[in-house]
Amino acid sequence: MATRVLVPSGVLGLGFDRGALARGVAQRPDIIAIDGGSTDSGPFSLGAGQSKYARAATKAEWRELMEARAEAGVPLVIGTAGTCGADATVDWMAEITEEIARELGQRLRVARLYCGQPPARIVAALAEGRIMPLSPAPEITAEGIAAMSNIVALAGAEQVQAALATGAEIVICGRTTDTAIISALPLLRGDDPGGAWHGAKIAECGALCSTNPTSGVIQVLFDATGFTVEPLAETAACTPHSVSAHMLYENSDPFVLHEPGGHLDVREARYRALNGRRVRVEGSRWVPGRYTVKLEGARIAGYQSTILAILRNRRYVANARLWADKLRAAMCARIEAKMGLQQTEFTLEFRLIGIDGALGVLETRQGDPVEVGVLGIVTAARQDVATDIVKLINPFVLHYPLSEDEELPTFAFPYSPASTDRGALYEFALNHVMALDDPMAAFRIEVSEMGA
Amino acid sequence: MTLGERVLKVRSKNAGPFWVTIDIFCGSDAAFAEVSARLATERVAELLGTPAQLVKRFDIADLNVVKFSVPRPVVQGARDDRDMHGAQWAALLEEAEL
Repeated sequence: MATRVLVPSGVLGLGFDRGALARGVAQRPDIIAIDGGSTDSGPFSLGAGQSKYARAATKAEWRELMEARAEAGVPLVIGTAGTCGADATVDWMAEITEEIARELGQRLRVARLYCGQPPARIVAALAEGRIMPLSPAPEITAEGIAAMSNIVALAGAEQVQAALATGAEIVICGRTTDTAIISALPLLRGDDPGGAWHGAKIAECGALCSTNPTSGVIQVLFDATGFTVEPLAETAACTPHSVSAHMLYENSDPFVLHEPGGHLDVREARYRALNGRRVRVEGSRWVPGRYTVKLEGARIAGYQSTILAILRNRRYVANARLWADKLRAAMCARIEAKMGLQQTEFTLEFRLIGIDGALGVLETRQGDPVEVGVLGIVTAARQDVATDIVKLINPFVLHYPLSEDEELPTFAFPYSPASTDRGALYEFALNHVMALDDPMAAFRIEVSEMGA
Repeated sequence: MTLGERVLKVRSKNAGPFWVTIDIFCGSDAAFAEVSARLATERVAELLGTPAQLVKRFDIADLNVVKFSVPRPVVQGARDDRDMHGAQWAALLEEAEL
């Protein structure tokens, strides 16, 4: 049975073309699916269990999608709710959904798919040999797992299908693979599995697979032999090149994509233009394998304070690296002397913006910058220690001289205080998969009635 | 001539927190043939500070794309990371002499 999936945009919170969404609804989709996150912005979201997008933007866009859902009369699914898909962000999204349902006077059945993993479950799986490292994987121990602030497992199509099977009009998923929310229904209805996963990968970033990436809305029609993709904004077109090139995007391997229960192989896929804006894809292969789910985990790696100064004097700009190295050595000695901290108990780094701020030791280019930004980053085991260190170094970052026989220079502090407490530094601590006998063994679905 | 001057576009981006992937869109069959032949994997590995045996390379003639994927020199968001999204590594290849 052919399945029409409407994808309003690559992620909730980044906007979409309203006219295109309306055209998509008018074409009677079978499901509306949108992604709510990724690891792309770093470990903070997962570590803290918070969305990176503003609540106001999320609510405004979700309201439009809830209205579109009511008009289409089909399920609306969000994957990786609240950027990281932790249990806390699923609840955050459910709370927003409830508010909107009341405001719109909608009465809804809402399913929540929880993907958060109690550390004890992961520790037990590790002991049973069901946790396998991917490459490259951080070392893990039972103690390290227990110290993680959030662990999620990436749900695949099976868990999303189970949530849809509750009869929910809205499904709020925790962490899912980017593709699972799109492939779930076509797979359930017996469409070609290779086409289901490949089409889902093509559509997961919305109109990024088209010639107008910011227009958002994409429609994929899945069937028994493949899929057909088209953008719904009038200004956008899908071409064989724009569609096939999307397999490159954020993929370390453009031909093979691992998912729970197997992998997609697109080496034999053929891309054909049906007209100027629609592309037909056939020949993608789904290769079933062991049922594993990928794990993501984040833990606190310390607490940070930063300080920013700008060097504008020509001599200091020309000698910025030497100056920063001397300053760092002097400050490390001073921190040791005044605070009694060993050099293993903190780190102090000066990054030179204008010299090699983004690339560090890999930088190959040298220039003659007008000014150099000096970003001092202090990391310590506690915030109060990091804060105190940055206060200690503050006057020296402002006045440190290149030589002893010169008047003290004064650099530019852009604001007062020049230092900023960053709070916890989170780091990704898992790049592993967990084998499951039953896809639902590590996931939980709850259903509630909401709204007016 | 630098690689950036010869091709349409070079982009880099995270492929998950542990990998970075660099796509060189050559823009023509001729540019693809030249880049594919002349850009050694060892040179790319050196620019990215990675052992050559860890570099995955894909020469995709259908798209006129040469793609490299390497384990991130620093895991995304770790203390020593300088570029959360990994988009600046493209500049190292762009500015390299072909």
